[in-house]
Amino acid sequence: MTTTTIALPRFRRRILPGFGISLGFTLVYLSVIVLIPLAATFAKTAGMTWTEFFAAVWSPRVVASYRLTFGASFLAALFNVPCGVTLAWVLVRYEFPGRRLIDGLVDLPFALPTAVAGIALTAIYAKNGWIGQWLEPLGIQVAYTPLGIWVALTFIGLPFVVRTVQPILEELEPELEEAAATLGATRAQTFRRVIFPALRPAIITGFALAFARAVGEYGSVVFIAGNRPMHTEITPLLIITKLEQYDYRGATALAVVMLLGSFAILFGIQLIQRRTARRANP
Amino acid sequence: MAGTISTLAYVTKHRQRRSLGDPTWVRYSLIGLALLFVGLFLIVPLASVFTEALRKGIGPYFAAFADKDAQAAIRLTLIAAAIAVPLNLVFGVAASWAITKFEFRGKALLISLIELPFAVSPVISGLVYVLLFGAQGWLGPYLGSGDHPWFGEWFNSVDIQVIFAVPGIVLATVFVTFPFVARELIPLMQAQGKEEEMAALTLGASGWQIFWRVTVPNIKWGLFYGVVLCNARAMGEFGAVSVVSGHIRGETNTIPLHVEILYNEYNTQAAFAIASLLTLLALVTLVLKNIVEWRHRRAVEAASAADIRQFTT
Repeated sequence: MTTTTIALPRFRRRILPGFGISLGFTLVYLSVIVLIPLAATFAKTAGMTWTEFFAAVWSPRVVASYRLTFGASFLAALFNVPCGVTLAWVLVRYEFPGRRLIDGLVDLPFALPTAVAGIALTAIYAKNGWIGQWLEPLGIQVAYTPLGIWVALTFIGLPFVVRTVQPILEELEPELEEAAATLGATRAQTFRRVIFPALRPAIITGFALAFARAVGEYGSVVFIAGNRPMHTEITPLLIITKLEQYDYRGATALAVVMLLGSFAILFGIQLIQRRTARRANP
Repeated sequence: MAGTISTLAYVTKHRQRRSLGDPTWVRYSLIGLALLFVGLFLIVPLASVFTEALRKGIGPYFAAFADKDAQAAIRLTLIAAAIAVPLNLVFGVAASWAITKFEFRGKALLISLIELPFAVSPVISGLVYVLLFGAQGWLGPYLGSGDHPWFGEWFNSVDIQVIFAVPGIVLATVFVTFPFVARELIPLMQAQGKEEEMAALTLGASGWQIFWRVTVPNIKWGLFYGVVLCNARAMGEFGAVSVVSGHIRGETNTIPLHVEILYNEYNTQAAFAIASLLTLLALVTLVLKNIVEWRHRRAVEAASAADIRQFTT
């Protein structure tokens, strides 16, 4: 008795042409431009001993730069949360003259080269600048102080919260708010209990994106910062200073610390988004 | 028919608005706060660029562009963008074709890796190439020296300087603009699915025919927008380019680096004049973005209106 096997046509998932070449090109290009250079950076620190590495990334001047970079970035992103939510709310819910124009302008910090933002903000907040001249008599100095760095980082992070909250607000069903209103909730209660929880994941994502962007920011900050060691020197600038002194290892060690920090933030954002997606369609 | 639908939509929209409206004082104070925020952080900086640029009048404004070094900077920026944008365009199309038309393991990881350059500080984006090609780098000392152990004749005989030269600037620009086109196309092509391409395939179209006649017309606006964003960033990048450039006047300065040099020399008016060129580029980018979004929204509305009409008649 012979068993005959029927040759079933193999199920082919890849019906459209071009899989091999497009994926191959993608992987090669990604490796050459991004992955190998980044890996080289990590590999470069492998040649350092732990003591050398810690000496490079934990000296008082470096620690002061971390505190400034991460602190100012955190405060700037934090300030962008209420402002961004208000702006998104106003753009989605209200009609007023100039609404379309402002909506279009929100992305300006994405489009404007950072060096231009840097010199413009410095000119405005310098002692004789448009805004600086009014703050000077009050004893508030913005340019060349940590406050100036915060201003630049707030500018850079401005679009993130607005652009993550806006689409959620647009899709929020009015029935939910109507139901809350018919159940006797005041407008403030409705916002706190109904609207805000729906916006929370978007707000956290927007905050984290603005924070991550601000931590690595260089162009807009160097002009307004004053760049005094221990006082107004951000970590990216310190990397450049070390490079200019041919301290390649020190620069690389700092870069690795910053890269790990950024990757951690990025990973956190993905976790939030995955959790939200799971909650939305379980 | 269409008229009644839009009136109906208008009425319902307005009835919702009224029942859910915020008190007038809340409305006005929120609008006021938002305008204050936008005014302080967006409009004032924008206005200051042009005011400072035109402070001494039209003559000095244009004189800033007549400068030989300024023209060299403009030329270099155009060269860097002309190389970086097409490279990343081809990459973006290839990557989104592979990611959206096929299933394979590790796709989510690949998407994350493509977005990686966004998470990297511009300074580090420049640093990585200094570490590879700089005088103390891994490959740098061997370029042109003829004695690298791993690479063949070709590599060892190429006598080019990468760092503090044009190739480094181009590489840094490619790195920072790497994800732009892919990031626009992947969600767009994912939403469109692959049914149309499959239909074309069953009708006997070849791969290139499918791509040019089916895919490209579907993604052309997303593609265009990705290229516009990629170009804006390529021309405006400062940090990454600053690390690899070496700041040689007339040779390795791009427009943003030229702005920095003028500004640091207290030639503020000229710095802002050149900066106004980049600001105009940013404004054009924003206008194009809004046109693309408006077209997209209109296409979506037209599609859903067609659905409604089909349903009601």
